[in-house]
Amino acid sequence: MEVKTFDENGYHIIAVYGDVDASSSLQLDNVLQEAVDNQKQKILVDCTHLEYISSPGIGVFTSRLEDCEKGLIRIALYGMNENTLKVFKILGLDQLELMPIVDTKEEAKSRINDLQEDR
Amino acid sequence: MIYKKTVSCNKVNLKALREFVLDILRQHRLSDSEANLIVVAVDEVCSNLMIHSHACNPKQEIEVHVIRKKNGFEFVIYDNGEIFNIAEYTVPNMEELIKFKRTGGIGLILVKKIMDSIRVEKKGGRNICRLFKNIAFQNA
Repeated sequence: MEVKTFDENGYHIIAVYGDVDASSSLQLDNVLQEAVDNQKQKILVDCTHLEYISSPGIGVFTSRLEDCEKGLIRIALYGMNENTLKVFKILGLDQLELMPIVDTKEEAKSRINDLQEDR
Repeated sequence: MIYKKTVSCNKVNLKALREFVLDILRQHRLSDSEANLIVVAVDEVCSNLMIHSHACNPKQEIEVHVIRKKNGFEFVIYDNGEIFNIAEYTVPNMEELIKFKRTGGIGLILVKKIMDSIRVEKKGGRNICRLFKNIAFQNA
């Protein structure tokens, strides 16, 4: 797995490449934590190149839901392939308002801004 | 037909295990979508064993057999670690896991939702976890 991060017009993009499993999830967790520590409040996770995810990878996101609820951060995931999305769907995580999973970066930005306005 | 693979209990070997299972499922013409979910379930059980039963000790091994049956696939996972009976484990619901920031139970939820049966037994000093997935093969 590889993770690339960059800032783009007020959004913090985390692009994930390859497989997020028990051997690599900690690396993603550290990147997300670093974003939280650096007060990156609008986080977009680019899953376009995410090829596989298992429970440790999913846990990286679900463990941040409380921070989302408190309004400390906003996270949206986008560009997931069908196989990866299906794993989230089985767990009922594809319909979470607090952490939307959408198709495109533009939708992700829009959903994050909607969340912002709801506060 | 039985396919076998043995790996040491190092988490980096999970990818090779996934590729082993995925390759077999593709050979038997399962759709990518169906195959991927099965791979997730096998991966969850194997990573669970590596981490919790073997403390990721690379000197210890797990052995995975994939057996093509008339009505589906059986995945048999052998190990010698501390037994963990996933079949008897009461899986928490997702809301509880989120509320208490627990990530440990998510994999077990996936295994139970994806697989049609799960059995764990101890035989000949080895733990045996049997996962079964019903498949309606087109040329069965």
